[in-house]
Amino acid sequence: MTANRSLHAQAVTLGYGERTIVDGLDLMVPPGRITTIVGANACGKSTLLKSMARLLAPSSGSVLLDGKAIHRLPTKQVARVLGLLPQSPIAPDGIAVSDLVSRGRYPHQGALARWTSDDDRAVARALETTGTTHIADRPVDELSGGQRQRVWIAMALAQETDVLLLDEPTTFLDISHQVDVLDLLTDLNHERGTTIVMVLHDLNLAARYADHLVAMAGGKILAAGDPHDVLTESTVRGVFGLDSRIIPDPLTGRPMVIPMGRHHTVDEPEDVAARTA
Amino acid sequence: MTALVPTETLELVARARHRRARRWWTVTGVLLLAVGAIYVLSLMLGDTFYSPAEIWGVITGHQVAGASFTVGELRLPRATTGLLAGLCFGMGGVVFQSLLRNALASPDVIGITSGASAAAVFCIVVLGLSQTAVSFIATVAALAAALLIYLLAYKDGGSGPRLILIGIGVAAIFDSVISYIVSRAAEWDLPAAMRWLTGSLNDASWDRILPLAIAVLVLMPLLLGMGRDLELLRLGDHTASALGVPVERRRILLIVTAVGLLAFATAAAGPIAFVAFLSGPIAVRVLGPVGSPILPAGLVGALLVLIADFAGQHAFGTRLPVGVITGVLGAPYLVYLLIRSNRSQGTTL
Repeated sequence: MTANRSLHAQAVTLGYGERTIVDGLDLMVPPGRITTIVGANACGKSTLLKSMARLLAPSSGSVLLDGKAIHRLPTKQVARVLGLLPQSPIAPDGIAVSDLVSRGRYPHQGALARWTSDDDRAVARALETTGTTHIADRPVDELSGGQRQRVWIAMALAQETDVLLLDEPTTFLDISHQVDVLDLLTDLNHERGTTIVMVLHDLNLAARYADHLVAMAGGKILAAGDPHDVLTESTVRGVFGLDSRIIPDPLTGRPMVIPMGRHHTVDEPEDVAARTA
Repeated sequence: MTALVPTETLELVARARHRRARRWWTVTGVLLLAVGAIYVLSLMLGDTFYSPAEIWGVITGHQVAGASFTVGELRLPRATTGLLAGLCFGMGGVVFQSLLRNALASPDVIGITSGASAAAVFCIVVLGLSQTAVSFIATVAALAAALLIYLLAYKDGGSGPRLILIGIGVAAIFDSVISYIVSRAAEWDLPAAMRWLTGSLNDASWDRILPLAIAVLVLMPLLLGMGRDLELLRLGDHTASALGVPVERRRILLIVTAVGLLAFATAAAGPIAFVAFLSGPIAVRVLGPVGSPILPAGLVGALLVLIADFAGQHAFGTRLPVGVITGVLGAPYLVYLLIRSNRSQGTTL
């Protein structure tokens, strides 16, 4: 399980029809680490993730999984190594949690669908890891947003892949469930050595949970590396066109972005600190 | 893996899996028995009653006075056509409804069976072709109808509701083609007109059954083999692909197989109204969210056709073709779904 897989986007150009969205981009995903991709809307971050998940073929360049072009590998073979949680997966009406999670075992089963005790164990472990055992018999469509997201992650975990890609796994979740999901993914990374690549909206959470932070703008990578080096005032300006201050997160020491708007901002932040103290 | 899994959780997972499997087999088994029972009943009952022993005699090739003709040449081909056509309509319908995630996206609502029917009536009435040739041409026409609807609906990826509306329009065009051919060719032949407009088993015969039976034998195992893939496709294309389903290839194969079954059934019995449309939702309602609904939907389809035909033959003062009965059953459901889809978004299966 801790086999380190290499995932490498090599000079990929991506687009839909005539429209090019990502142009000649290179990204080496560090094995066994958490990589987070941030960027403004329509900067190509989800498109990049799709191509790394084999959903979108590059018009030039290639995505290499362990050195092999992923788009030429059989779908099922890729699915045993690389899992994906898309942005809006669909749960069929009335499907039970354990049934949905069990579907993660599909790539490991042959044409005749022999279900083995290994499959049961993987499903049980996915339920335990995500804390969804107590709702295993409930229909997915009756769950809250946070629980539902845990169930989808459980399905991806049952797949037992070495690499897991997630497209905005925290969208539509309130802040406590966002932290909850990101903690869960970090546990997974620490305990199983799973390589995680995710697109996140929230810069501060991205900087907090990433080992490797990738900032994208206009279909290109603006900066990539340790969050301390990547998340700078100039990167934030380059990515979002927004002026900001970066201060160390008092809890983690990770860089934290304080956006500067036109209102409620004073010239000397020290004064504010003095006044509220 | 290092983490140990609690035994209770393991048992919970296995228990839930067994429960789902048991439910699927129970429902499918009961449906199978019901289909078998109504099939045998429709052989026995009629203007003259024949005992199971007499029917068995006919099936095993013995001469039984009266029964050899009534059962062997009338009731048996009729019931067999109904059984096979119902299976095809039910299975083909639920494949479309599942793929498009909408009960309205049934092949008989969106013009695919109408396409097959129009081609079949043209080949038979105008060209005078044999049943096997007609079946294949009907399949090609149904595929062409599917492609036509897809191309007309395709705009920025095409959406379900748009495809359904265009399909309903395409169905109306094909239906008017059928009306035209039938009215020109056989003004005196009302049964033929009924067969091509709403579906009928009135002129079922062994040479019509043969191509249909072969299609079922070949295509049904293929379709059932793809049942699990269809279940994964219901999770959305991206999820299915991430789980290892070759999405585009599988979807095309599913559509071609389903269209093949529908077209062969249509060529044999006409587009028996609303059977494809009703079977999937009924099967899903009875089955619940456990396992593939393809085979249960096929059995519900067979049940619907056999019961409706039996009722059409004997329940009313006059003999009604099967499609009239299923049409009466299906139309209110169509209206209900249209009203519901207008109020809320979507009418998932």
